[in-house]
Amino acid sequence: MTLASTVVRFDEVTLGYGRRPAVHHLDGEIPAGSLMAVVGPNGAGKSTLLKGIVGTLKPLDGHIRLKGPASGIAYLPQAAEIDRSFPLSVYDLVAMGLWTRSGLFGGISRRDRTRIEEALAAVGLIGFERRPISTLSGGQMQRALFARLLLQDAPVILLDEPFTAIDAKTTADLLALVRRWHDESRTVVAVLHDLDMVRRTFPQTLLIAREPVAWGETGEVLSPENLLRARRMVEAHDPHADVCHRSAA
Amino acid sequence: MLDLLYAPFAEFEFMQRALVGVIAIALGGGPVGVFLMLRRMSLTGDAMAHAILPGAAVGYLLAGLSLPAMTVGGLFAGVIVAVAAGLVSRFTALKEDASLAAFYLLSLALGVTIVSLRGSNVDLLHVLFGTVLALDDSTLLLLASISTATVLALAVLYRPLVLECVDPIFLRSVSRSGTPTHLIFLGLVVMNLVGGFHALGTLLAVGMMMLPAAASRFWTSDITMMMIVSIAVGIVSGFSGLLLSFHAELPAGPAIILSAGAIYVVSLVLGREGGLLWLAWPGRHLEA
Repeated sequence: MTLASTVVRFDEVTLGYGRRPAVHHLDGEIPAGSLMAVVGPNGAGKSTLLKGIVGTLKPLDGHIRLKGPASGIAYLPQAAEIDRSFPLSVYDLVAMGLWTRSGLFGGISRRDRTRIEEALAAVGLIGFERRPISTLSGGQMQRALFARLLLQDAPVILLDEPFTAIDAKTTADLLALVRRWHDESRTVVAVLHDLDMVRRTFPQTLLIAREPVAWGETGEVLSPENLLRARRMVEAHDPHADVCHRSAA
Repeated sequence: MLDLLYAPFAEFEFMQRALVGVIAIALGGGPVGVFLMLRRMSLTGDAMAHAILPGAAVGYLLAGLSLPAMTVGGLFAGVIVAVAAGLVSRFTALKEDASLAAFYLLSLALGVTIVSLRGSNVDLLHVLFGTVLALDDSTLLLLASISTATVLALAVLYRPLVLECVDPIFLRSVSRSGTPTHLIFLGLVVMNLVGGFHALGTLLAVGMMMLPAAASRFWTSDITMMMIVSIAVGIVSGFSGLLLSFHAELPAGPAIILSAGAIYVVSLVLGREGGLLWLAWPGRHLEA
């Protein structure tokens, strides 16, 4: 695998809060066009890893190297982090996906309007344009956010637990979009808990439990032994933890 | 009868000036208030209004009741408190509301002390409640410039301001404009408070921001409409407050804020978007 086909490269990356690592010494790379699941118990550092890639969290140690600008990454955080009470229409929420093109002032052209409509149609939200986001159900909100991702048209897409608390029909519809992105050779990284879904849809998997447990072909990574190792992760803080001396290079 | 509505303005120049002043304040203050409200910073506005006082008071101490000295002092103090509160909340365990409360109490006490060092009680009343009936040319010019700058700046910052309220993480992932937007917005808040301070004083300046904004929320859930409604509410309450003070011989500043308050209460009860009346009698549920 050559470096040119790598989208994200981790060099002994440690990410965390305060001085406590949430992702400890991760080393490896995400090849362009891969469809990768990130799996692990709660508190394993999965969301932290995505924040590190997007750049909202700086590594405590090591380097994360991106190919291309950070604006080439579309990031869907866990749903709970949006102010749903804000008076905003579904149309405006979805139109935000055009930010990288229209920026502060750019107008929305006729072509952009067509694209917004196409995105709404792709997620099954035609007829919802004028509805305030406060009236959407959890599944409808997730559909709207996927429409925004469609408009962002980014080569790299990061999804943080996109199907948690979402019904089967919506999950199937949105998963179809994920497959479409993969067919368009975009790179998709998704934090997931449903191992059956991972086995069915995601060829690559990173199993993480603060320390990376296994990374590669999904079938090999999700072996009973690896899953058992991941489950043994210690969650509690050790108040007397020593300074880590593992080489950072 | 109609006479009562315009005669005071036709007859007295000080009433005309006061009206122009409150219209300027309403134009800038309304939209800023809407964003303060949407960003859940209503009390921040209140706190910053008090924070302006010691700066204006130092200006007063050095130069008496001088427009430039008190304006510069107020801007300076407002910015310092805004930045200090922001820093304290970012780097310590204290949340922004608690640190702002600490700073504004401090500033209010300090400001009143400084004014009393030199001035009479009349001057203290001037600083606390303003002199909307004694606006001179340069003050009117200042108020007009502030509202012009505010409307222009909000037009430019509209998208990041909205986006930062709804989905700050998304904004951070597509643009670095979040932090500068927030700082410029705080600057606009301070500027409008200093303008309002000259007319309405440090205690009531924030009233022309928050009351029209809060009233507008009960009539529409569209942000643009909210800003327009808040401006209209501000102008109407300025107009009716001045008339009320003229005919009933009430102090002008409090009369204006009371008018705005009355409009707020009416909106709270009758407003189509979640007013109390509609909550109490919503009508029978629909088919779908």
